Amino acid sequence: MSTIGYSSWAVDLADVGAIYPFQGYEVPMVIVGVVFWLGWHVIQARRESEELAEAAKTASAERTKAAIERY
Amino acid sequence: MDGNLDALTTIFTEFYYWVTVVFMFLIHVGFCMYEVGASRRKNHLHTLMKNVMIIPLVTVTFFFFGWWIYWAFPSFPIMGGIDFAAGQANLPTSETMATNLGDRITGVFWAAFLLFSWTAASIVSGSVIERIRSSALWVHAVLIGSVWWIIDAAWGWHYAGWMVQKLGYHDAYASGVIHAIAGGYALGVLWVLGPRLGKFAEDGTPRDIPPHNPWMVTLGIFMIYTGFWGFYAACNVPLISPEVIGGEITGTTWTATNIYLAPTSLGAITFNFLLSLSGGLMASYLVSKGDAFWTFSGGLAGIIGASAGNDLYHPMQALIIGAIVPVLAYKLHYYVERKFKIDDAVGAVAVHGYAGFMGVVIAGFVLWGAPSSPFEGYATINPLGQLVGAIIMFGVLGFIPAFVVTKIQASMGTLRIPAEVELQGLDFGENQAYEDAVAEITRANLNLVKS
Repeated sequence: MSTIGYSSWAVDLADVGAIYPFQGYEVPMVIVGVVFWLGWHVIQARRESEELAEAAKTASAERTKAAIERY
Repeated sequence: MDGNLDALTTIFTEFYYWVTVVFMFLIHVGFCMYEVGASRRKNHLHTLMKNVMIIPLVTVTFFFFGWWIYWAFPSFPIMGGIDFAAGQANLPTSETMATNLGDRITGVFWAAFLLFSWTAASIVSGSVIERIRSSALWVHAVLIGSVWWIIDAAWGWHYAGWMVQKLGYHDAYASGVIHAIAGGYALGVLWVLGPRLGKFAEDGTPRDIPPHNPWMVTLGIFMIYTGFWGFYAACNVPLISPEVIGGEITGTTWTATNIYLAPTSLGAITFNFLLSLSGGLMASYLVSKGDAFWTFSGGLAGIIGASAGNDLYHPMQALIIGAIVPVLAYKLHYYVERKFKIDDAVGAVAVHGYAGFMGVVIAGFVLWGAPSSPFEGYATINPLGQLVGAIIMFGVLGFIPAFVVTKIQASMGTLRIPAEVELQGLDFGENQAYEDAVAEITRANLNLVKS
């Protein structure tokens, strides 16, 4: 038994194609990848909105002046 | 692989594209250095992260759908529908989009195109620094990197693209298909986003916002120059026989070709890359009166201006085109800035957008009547086809989609950071933590000295 379809390299490489694990499960694997990608955007956008709202609320004139003067 | 020659050609081609990818990585390093150097200290980390995260986001989406678009869209919609059969092998679920001993080229070819995608997104990223939300920019990065530019590549940078067949469109090293579209896209975003606070005086006079670190900006552009060699090489097919091309070329002489499978050589593009760079640097030095920022950027604009025809130009043609284009781009930059109050922080619209547009149009005159392809029935290169092509790149696939999406983001309140945060700087959290840590360790060490 082998996850890549080969348990020995005693083969003619001209006959060998895909050698990655779990061939036949490409669709579910890509679905997992797409969910990860879209989920990342959602989490990041929410977090950024919260952080910016908090920063706008707590911004102080003194700190802002220091940041501007530091260039 | 049948026989030694076939095996050598395959392995050489695989390694060739792989090396171009490594070189092109330097373009992104250069963009990061350039952007961070151009930003003010209060925005360094945010600026860096905004650009770095383009890498994974464009990579995954280019794997999911960008690469498929390139193979499925060459005829769509002018000469036919979406070619699902050609796209099949390039879907993310295809066996050839993975570890596969029967296909050694798809992975490196995909990656070479992907690095162009990063560049397109990175061009937009630089122009909007210090006021855009990261989440908004990253949506644009995915759209320009994995949708719009690759549609234009399918149309005008593919041996069977409808623009090549019908318009005779010729853009060997991507003046239009990367630079004009990215510049047009950046302009569409900037139009809605608005300038940084303080960029314009009350009477509308633009103020210069000097880079925090000119040396980092300089090194960044040198990195981009270096990576550009990989970009140029990646635009070629390194070695192919007329038999494999299957076009009208007779005889048995193997050759390098451009992306349209029309013959050129690495020697030709080496001459022309260096001469167009030189023309750009020299002319920009004069027009900007020795300004370092514009001289270096002008070198880049010189290459970009000549890139459409650098597979065929004489080096002196590359030199002169490389000199003229950056001067016009420089003048246009300041005209648009004053007239439309556009704050392009790094001059990306000028260096990439205007220079790329002009480069495509100029190639139509200089290469008028030359074959756009080795295949029968294609239109030859001509000024009108190039002008229409440049408009499609800059306007139809660049400016318009960017303008529409950015308008939607603005209406949802997810485009721009609050004014208080813009003044304070986007590294508010990191800077405070840094200042606190410096204060604490300084206090602790001083206490040790006293005791």
